[in-house]
Amino acid sequence: MSDQEVRAEGAPAVARAKDKSPWNWLLFLPIVVPLLTPLFNHDSPRVAGFPMFYWLQLLFIVLGVSTTTVVYQMTKKRR
Amino acid sequence: MGDHVTEIVVFAFLFLLVSGIGFFAARWRAPNDMGHLDEWGLGGRSFGGWVTWFLVGGDLYTAYTFVAVPALLFGAGAAGFFAVPYTIIIYPLVFLVLVRLWSVSHRHGFVTPADFVRSRFQSPTLALLIAITGIVATMPYIALQLVGIEAVLKTMGVTGDSAVARHLPIIIAFAILAAYTYQSGLRAPALIAFVKDTLIYIVILVAIIYLPYKLGGWGSIFDAAQKKFDGTPNPNDGIVLTAANQWQYITLALGSALALFLYPHSITGVLAGRNRDVIKRNMSALPAYSLLLGLIALLGFMAIAAGVKPLPGAKAGSTDSNTVVPLLFDLHFPAWFAGVAFAAIGIGALVPAAIMSIAAANLFTRNIYKEYLKRDATPAQEASVSKIASLVVKVGAVACIVFLDPQFSIDLQLIGGVIILQTLPAVALGIYTRWFHRGGLIAGWVAGMGLGTWMLYQIPNAATGRQHFGGSAFPLEKFAFIDSKTTVYVGLVAVAVNLAVAALVTLALRAGKVPDGGDDTNPDDYFADEGDPRVSVPAQPTSTDSDLDPAPSPKV
Repeated sequence: MSDQEVRAEGAPAVARAKDKSPWNWLLFLPIVVPLLTPLFNHDSPRVAGFPMFYWLQLLFIVLGVSTTTVVYQMTKKRR
Repeated sequence: MGDHVTEIVVFAFLFLLVSGIGFFAARWRAPNDMGHLDEWGLGGRSFGGWVTWFLVGGDLYTAYTFVAVPALLFGAGAAGFFAVPYTIIIYPLVFLVLVRLWSVSHRHGFVTPADFVRSRFQSPTLALLIAITGIVATMPYIALQLVGIEAVLKTMGVTGDSAVARHLPIIIAFAILAAYTYQSGLRAPALIAFVKDTLIYIVILVAIIYLPYKLGGWGSIFDAAQKKFDGTPNPNDGIVLTAANQWQYITLALGSALALFLYPHSITGVLAGRNRDVIKRNMSALPAYSLLLGLIALLGFMAIAAGVKPLPGAKAGSTDSNTVVPLLFDLHFPAWFAGVAFAAIGIGALVPAAIMSIAAANLFTRNIYKEYLKRDATPAQEASVSKIASLVVKVGAVACIVFLDPQFSIDLQLIGGVIILQTLPAVALGIYTRWFHRGGLIAGWVAGMGLGTWMLYQIPNAATGRQHFGGSAFPLEKFAFIDSKTTVYVGLVAVAVNLAVAALVTLALRAGKVPDGGDDTNPDDYFADEGDPRVSVPAQPTSTDSDLDPAPSPKV
């Protein structure tokens, strides 16, 4: 079946932004990386007194923010 | 309790201020017609970026966060830090899945996840199961919020000898909360969340700068924690994970993230957003709270370094580890600032408790009352039933706390997580595919709930001396065919079995030509945005074969 096949009553004619973008695959990065414990399950090197286990996982937050931001920017509706 | 007067005065002042805001919220962005479930239960589906950020942030990062996660690090070390990967993983998941749920709900006027399931699979039975699961999983979560308030009250010395006297303050607090939630609906927690989050951010910023300075720096805080864990008989604690609990850490983080976005209150927060952009942008902004959470978690180690001894628990001889963070504040902050910190935790409990009770009330109204008791209920009737249901839910939560041992707060929440995860195939996968037969999904749900409950029953807890329901870390050696010291998160195992059963039964039912329901949604609905008209009448039953996959063909 095709995208054009619109069945619901009153469906608008505007073309919608689909979320089938290859950029979405990037979102699996912040889903998978924080689960790879061998990557960060160490005490050293310490940064500012924080064992690696803690500072690296806090750093993954930045990874999450940047990927969602990039994907949002690359997939948002062009007006 | 004489030396806690300043704390109590500051706490009471902020609490009353917030209560006033809660009542005022009914007039904030007031609609023409408050007597509609969309208005009371979803704030008019009109919240923009900032409101959504505060609302969802206040919703997901609960009093549980501020009290139980550091308590977990205090007691078990690194394993408690799962809260950080957990709250990183959730946002890409929401970005992928819940945005589509927002769209289809916008088109069809869905208020609850069970509404979606009902239309998607044309199965009121499956929708009922999803609704009941949601309500049952939410109840202990609301109760958990009370545990947060109670830990604070205990630290301030507001306790009594009898069960009623001890619980009187939280009964009063919840009565006030119930009153303004009844009146203002979702607008109340949305407005209060601004105050709550501002207080929390201030308290935590001060705590993570001031406390390490007083305790000799971060390095010595972690060393003190390591020293404590070296001295305990438990082989699995420490400031890094051990071989035995790494899988528990991974499966718990992933399972909790999957569970969190299936919780009715998360979905309520997301559906209240104005459009798809608001939600997507928030997925980049909400991790600010995860950073906060990571730092809050480390308060548990600071409490170790500061030599905090938790207050006694409800039972003789036990300790209430939830009191470690309040005690740390009490010990090291000036009294007035400790009062602010306690208020932040107390108010932090109110926002999610309000949203959760609204979400549970909406489930009851839409998927039980309207489905089974009064088919022709008007939107105004729906709104008034929901308001009353939200009161009932809160009474139930208070009863949980008065009659159960609050020491199990985090485990109660983890059990709720196992249960809510069993809605994953119907809700989360249902957003992507209509492949599953409705009978298969029901069979999978039964299998997942059965196995999950059995596994939880098998888990003892040495620390609290309980034989059953001692936590959610399942030792694999309990399966007779596996010989390993590894533990895993019950929820993820149960949902895997749920999925397998759902798939097998689907194949069997298809082979047996058992009729499946149709699908009231169509592929374009999953991309609808603000301004797209609502489907006014339920769509005509469609044939089963046309919509096996709602995903549109890729655009060139």
